Amino acid sequence: MASPSEAEANVSHVEKKKKPPVRYWQETRGKTKDDNKAEGQLEQQKEQQTQREKKRKRDEQPGGETKVISGKSDPFPGPAPIPKDKLEKFKRKGKIQKPHQHHYKLKDIITRSEEASEMAQKQAARFDFLLPEDAGFLEGDEDEDTCMISQEDIADAVDITSGAKYFNLKLCQFGPYRLDYSRTGRHLLLGGRRGHVACVDWQSKQLMCELNVMESVNDVKWLHTEHMFAVAQKKWLYIYDSNGIELHCIRKFNDVLRMQFLPYHFLLATASATGFLQYLDVSVGKEVAAICTKTGRLDVMCQNPHNAVIHLGHSNGTVTLWSPNQKEALVKMLCHQGGVRSVTVDKTGTYMITSGMDKKMKVFDIRAFKPLRSYFLPTGASCLSLSQRGLLSAATGDIVQVYRDVWSTPVTKPYMAHRVRGSVWGLGFCPFEDVLGVGHGEGFTSMLVPGAGEPNFDGLDANPYRSAKQRQEWEVKALLEKIQPELITLDPSELGHVDRATFEQRHQDRVEALGFDPLGKEKFVPKHKKKGRSSAAGIERRKRQVGHEDQRDVIRKTVEDRMKLEEDRNRMKEKKAALSGKRSALDRFKK
Amino acid sequence: MKVKVLSRNPDDYVRETKHDIQRVPRNYDPSLHPFEVSREYTRALNATKLERVFAKPFLASLDGHRDGVNCLAKHPRSLSTLLSGSCDGEVKVWNLTKHECVRTLQAHEGFVRGMVVRYCGSSFFTIGDDKTIKHWKMEAPGYGEEEEPLNTILGKAVFTGLDHHQKSAVFATCGHQVDIWDEQRSTPIRSFTWGVDSFSSVRFNPVETELLGSCASDRSIVLYDMRESTPLKKVIMTMRTNTISWNPMEAYYFTCANEDYNLYTYDMRYLENPVKVHVDHVSAVLDVDYSPTGREFVSASFDKTIRIFPKDSASSREVYHTKRMQHVICVKWSADSKYILSGSDEMNIRLWKANAAEKLGVLSPREKQAIHYSQKLKEKFQHHPQIKRIARHRHLPKVIHHQRKELRVMKEARRRKCVSSFFFFFFLSPGSTEGRNDGNPPLPPFKGEVAIWAGAREKV
Repeated sequence: MASPSEAEANVSHVEKKKKPPVRYWQETRGKTKDDNKAEGQLEQQKEQQTQREKKRKRDEQPGGETKVISGKSDPFPGPAPIPKDKLEKFKRKGKIQKPHQHHYKLKDIITRSEEASEMAQKQAARFDFLLPEDAGFLEGDEDEDTCMISQEDIADAVDITSGAKYFNLKLCQFGPYRLDYSRTGRHLLLGGRRGHVACVDWQSKQLMCELNVMESVNDVKWLHTEHMFAVAQKKWLYIYDSNGIELHCIRKFNDVLRMQFLPYHFLLATASATGFLQYLDVSVGKEVAAICTKTGRLDVMCQNPHNAVIHLGHSNGTVTLWSPNQKEALVKMLCHQGGVRSVTVDKTGTYMITSGMDKKMKVFDIRAFKPLRSYFLPTGASCLSLSQRGLLSAATGDIVQVYRDVWSTPVTKPYMAHRVRGSVWGLGFCPFEDVLGVGHGEGFTSMLVPGAGEPNFDGLDANPYRSAKQRQEWEVKALLEKIQPELITLDPSELGHVDRATFEQRHQDRVEALGFDPLGKEKFVPKHKKKGRSSAAGIERRKRQVGHEDQRDVIRKTVEDRMKLEEDRNRMKEKKAALSGKRSALDRFKK
Repeated sequence: MKVKVLSRNPDDYVRETKHDIQRVPRNYDPSLHPFEVSREYTRALNATKLERVFAKPFLASLDGHRDGVNCLAKHPRSLSTLLSGSCDGEVKVWNLTKHECVRTLQAHEGFVRGMVVRYCGSSFFTIGDDKTIKHWKMEAPGYGEEEEPLNTILGKAVFTGLDHHQKSAVFATCGHQVDIWDEQRSTPIRSFTWGVDSFSSVRFNPVETELLGSCASDRSIVLYDMRESTPLKKVIMTMRTNTISWNPMEAYYFTCANEDYNLYTYDMRYLENPVKVHVDHVSAVLDVDYSPTGREFVSASFDKTIRIFPKDSASSREVYHTKRMQHVICVKWSADSKYILSGSDEMNIRLWKANAAEKLGVLSPREKQAIHYSQKLKEKFQHHPQIKRIARHRHLPKVIHHQRKELRVMKEARRRKCVSSFFFFFFLSPGSTEGRNDGNPPLPPFKGEVAIWAGAREKV
């Protein structure tokens, strides 16, 4: 009877405040929180670890959830989780082992720099989500091979601008052609065997210049901008500008067959028929190094874009690695039985792909110098080229095949294939575009290869849309930070490592500084005694006495050390025993 | 068949009108930026070279004195005001922004020995060879008024050093003894002596404001507490100390400028050994002053150079000299930590930048960012031999260069001698531990020369 009246009394005359309308996150709040937790659990754990010292911070957000003044709680508490693979992508190196306690300053510096780099890594990973473009792809329907899809079908299926990137240039007079795309991917350079050189802004199909050098052309290469290119002609190396005006004829470089341009070093590496590998610094016009490889005609060449080492393929099946600082090869690898026909290295400098006269195509891990996979191609591949996203194109006769994931999974079928007219002479993926350029006997073909190019370029490095002003600015900056050729090594991060002096080296320095060897022991020379007391036997006896004395000292010291160690150990043991033997106040709750 | 080919809309990547700024899309993927370390190294090398190119520290010379500048005083409230006293008894007040003298007064007969501005900035004290302490107003007298001190105290002996308390109306002088004065009285409220000597400089501690330190001509540095009647501590060095300066941030450290070409930083709690010995001068060090940040100090020397030392480094990071600058008598670090002022024998006061390559004036954000970036790079690669060599190189006058070399040879010879004597000693008595457990080898006393290490030999 009493309870209803009480309930009555509790009802106030003021109406209770209306509940706010239910929002979409409130029902699923628990769930989303769990999801968040699951995703970001690892991160949060890490964060908690770092926050253990910063107690104040932890107190502010005990559950990682803060109350706002309005009373509502944050539905998505804590920082947004970052997937692990994204973080891994931006990781530079592992944790540094921290020094002992007494190096407290060093420890502090390391901790702070580690924190900074972690933050940078996280920010970069976050920024990665915001990249605007996605990579291309090509997927067949069921029971449809992607390699059976023709270029015309792809060109029809995609938008007009992309479709226009599939085209053929019929140049049957001066072929076969070699080609090179500029670093931004906007410009194309074509060099016909019989002297025809042309550079084209290939996207707008605008011809920049066209000339016939009236000599055989072995190779063509863009230099650092689209304003200069090098042509390896019958006898000498020439440099032209984009209007086709001959700027230089470099007589030091003769019979050049293949060229590679190292963009960050401003070096043009050339391989000649006489077996010379030469480096030309194009910023100052000086020959940096000329190396006689003593391996005969060099017509297989590529660069490792990761460390600027030049790879040369030879007719005896070896691939050699070169830097301008050394007269001998850095590495010699026997890759094929029979000659090497083509070599290429991927962007990260991890994999090298070679093809040889034995009709095999092999994948090597170039960091460990180990073979990973070997494929047999019935006709053998004459040209190889890797795209930015790791697609491999191989020219077998007049057919261009494109493979995907050659290093991770054993591949049986090509990703794409295309037949061109005449045998393929030059092959190259266009940077930042899904385009593969093929130079062949009948001219040039630009093929669409979805998924080949890097979708997001970096505006400060290679910007396809840069204006003249931006290009000029970039050129100045790039020249200012030109890397010296001495810094070309197999491991490009070597410069950032600590050069630890060995113990011997340090000891030697110490001896030099002190003028005597502090660790050295002086040899005992017995004193000469007079009156016949210095007999040979006596001297020997004295020597032995001193020797024994020394030996005894050593033994005594080792015994003492051992005793001390033993004592320490015993003391520790006792301490432990005493600790474990003591009954603590909490022991009574034990069963 | 499903297909997607990369196709970018140029409108997303090109600016709309030429009045916009250019669009620069970024992608921080490490594989798009090869040779990270080598490129950073090249940048660091360039930054280091550029720093040397832009190192132009000398800003202005203030001339007007008719005799050597003997002392300088900073104004505690106004950055642009500087006071200087010369050897003919003249005191000048300078406006640093305009590089001009705003007021001149004949303060003393003979040298102006010391000068200090009161903490409020409204008046200043001078002492001179005429045994007087004078208290002056900071404003110039009006038209027709005579230049007269507010107050004059006649002392019994010559005063050589002067400093004012940070907060209260008390100042300290030194001469035959260290005196603490109340501004209102004409006799000292307290006097300290410890042996017969004459003092050369006295300084109040900026944090523990009742503490003060002084250096005496019997090669000692003495610490006092104003509230006590006797001095606190004393340390005796091998040679005389000219000036001391307290670190304004960690005020338990003080640095003293010694006659033996070195500066010694002491922890006042542990006076047995100096915390650091700063070598590099090739003649007696005459003055020292800390930067207000407490991370660096500047020293003036008889060898006609000014050097800047990081507080915990044994060698200087910077040396300033000009052809015309003679023996530098006094030096001050400005209160905004950006400038250094030096007064020298040849009657000029010179204004220097504290960071030789710093760009003065307002910086745009991009400029600031670029400076920070290059600073970080220089820091990162500072230990690489080539960068280190460039960053460390300083052109020195021929005389100083040769003197440095000579000193190095002397030091080397002394060290060799030391080592051999140590060796001798060690081999003579292999059983005794005296030679070994002593941290450093025993130093044979050198007459009239500088001890290599540890200015303090005895503690009283």
